[in-house]
Amino acid sequence: MSDPKITVATAWLDGCSGCHMSFLDMDERLVDLVQKLDIVYSPLVDTKVLPEQVDVGILEGAISSEDDLHHAKEFRKHCKLLLSLGDCAVTGNVPAMRNPFKLEAVLNRAYLETVDVQPQIPTVGVPALFRQVRPIHGVVEVDVFIPGCPPHADAIFYVLNELIEGRTPDPSRVTRFGA
Amino acid sequence: MPPLAATPASVRVVTLNIDGKDYSARADETIIEVCRENKIPIPSLCYLDGLSIWAGCRLCLVEMAGQSRLFAACSTQVTEGMTVSTNTERLQRYRRTIVELLFAERSHVCSVCVSNGHCELQFMAQKCGVDHVRVPYRQVRNQVDSSHEAFRLDHNRCILCTRCVRVCDEIEGAHTWDVMGRGSDCQVITDLARPWGESDTCTGCGKCVQVCPTGALVKQGTSAGEMVKDKHFLPILARRRHAQ
Repeated sequence: MSDPKITVATAWLDGCSGCHMSFLDMDERLVDLVQKLDIVYSPLVDTKVLPEQVDVGILEGAISSEDDLHHAKEFRKHCKLLLSLGDCAVTGNVPAMRNPFKLEAVLNRAYLETVDVQPQIPTVGVPALFRQVRPIHGVVEVDVFIPGCPPHADAIFYVLNELIEGRTPDPSRVTRFGA
Repeated sequence: MPPLAATPASVRVVTLNIDGKDYSARADETIIEVCRENKIPIPSLCYLDGLSIWAGCRLCLVEMAGQSRLFAACSTQVTEGMTVSTNTERLQRYRRTIVELLFAERSHVCSVCVSNGHCELQFMAQKCGVDHVRVPYRQVRNQVDSSHEAFRLDHNRCILCTRCVRVCDEIEGAHTWDVMGRGSDCQVITDLARPWGESDTCTGCGKCVQVCPTGALVKQGTSAGEMVKDKHFLPILARRRHAQ
């Protein structure tokens, strides 16, 4: 236990949280993992502030809003290594399926046309949506890509374990788009 | 080596070198046929045993000693003394780029595709190490034709391999399918770009659906991941056709 633990931060942008659920699906292997790494910032822990220096940043979800972009830039700035976790982060996936449509049409369909009671487009306390949804590497440089919807817990474990062991993971060995 | 007993007397046997090993093959065989016989993996999407050669996907490009340009293994016949490399770093780079461009061109959202888990493009991406697409997605919306009572055409997932066009013409003999337009406007059509359900020529045999490598041609009523295809009929039918 003399080696300092690897610090890990995770965040979930425009995704469904499925990738984080898959992370939890590592089950009892998490017990071994936390001997070697510390989750310092994540929806799974209480910390509210991203530490100044983190070893590994893991982002789930696509870049759909100002808020997502801000998070991605913060992660890139503070994390030595940045991982795109899951198809939304890697390809845009389901969130990006709105891209061929005009943003106004998408908002109208979601909040006006299909709503019976108090139809209104939310504007207060929500980040402005971008016209186009982009994968994480469309806005900041990404070091490791883990495709899958969601990536299997085994795939996440493989990647983290390779990083812990100081090797460069090859996620195509264990996962693919849509896996 | 499989036995070459069926070699007609008129066809020469040549010796060639693939990836550092010597092989003998009939002179009328293509590089991809020799590779497949000898279990040398060569990626391809448009090539299909039993159909004519299209050489459009360019995934089977190989290097040849003494030649600076690349050759499509599916459309290049073997010659005596030929030295072929099938998996160099340059070829891996090109193949990866080709697959990425296919993903960027239309909307292949694997997670919600009926062919998820049974798709040749999806597996090709994994095999070529495409874990992300480096070029921006084109973000265009393509039409879906659900007018046929049994089948559906989703242009969003079409890679223009023309397997459907060839199987319909060469095996079924209906020639319902063809290709229309150029560049990014290129698309497969039924009859004279009429809805598939209104086609006078379509026999409803479904061969096009079975040979389609992606989720572009599928059975109606399939949900995500449910469309499993079966191409086993093709080499059998093709052999019988040629035997006639």
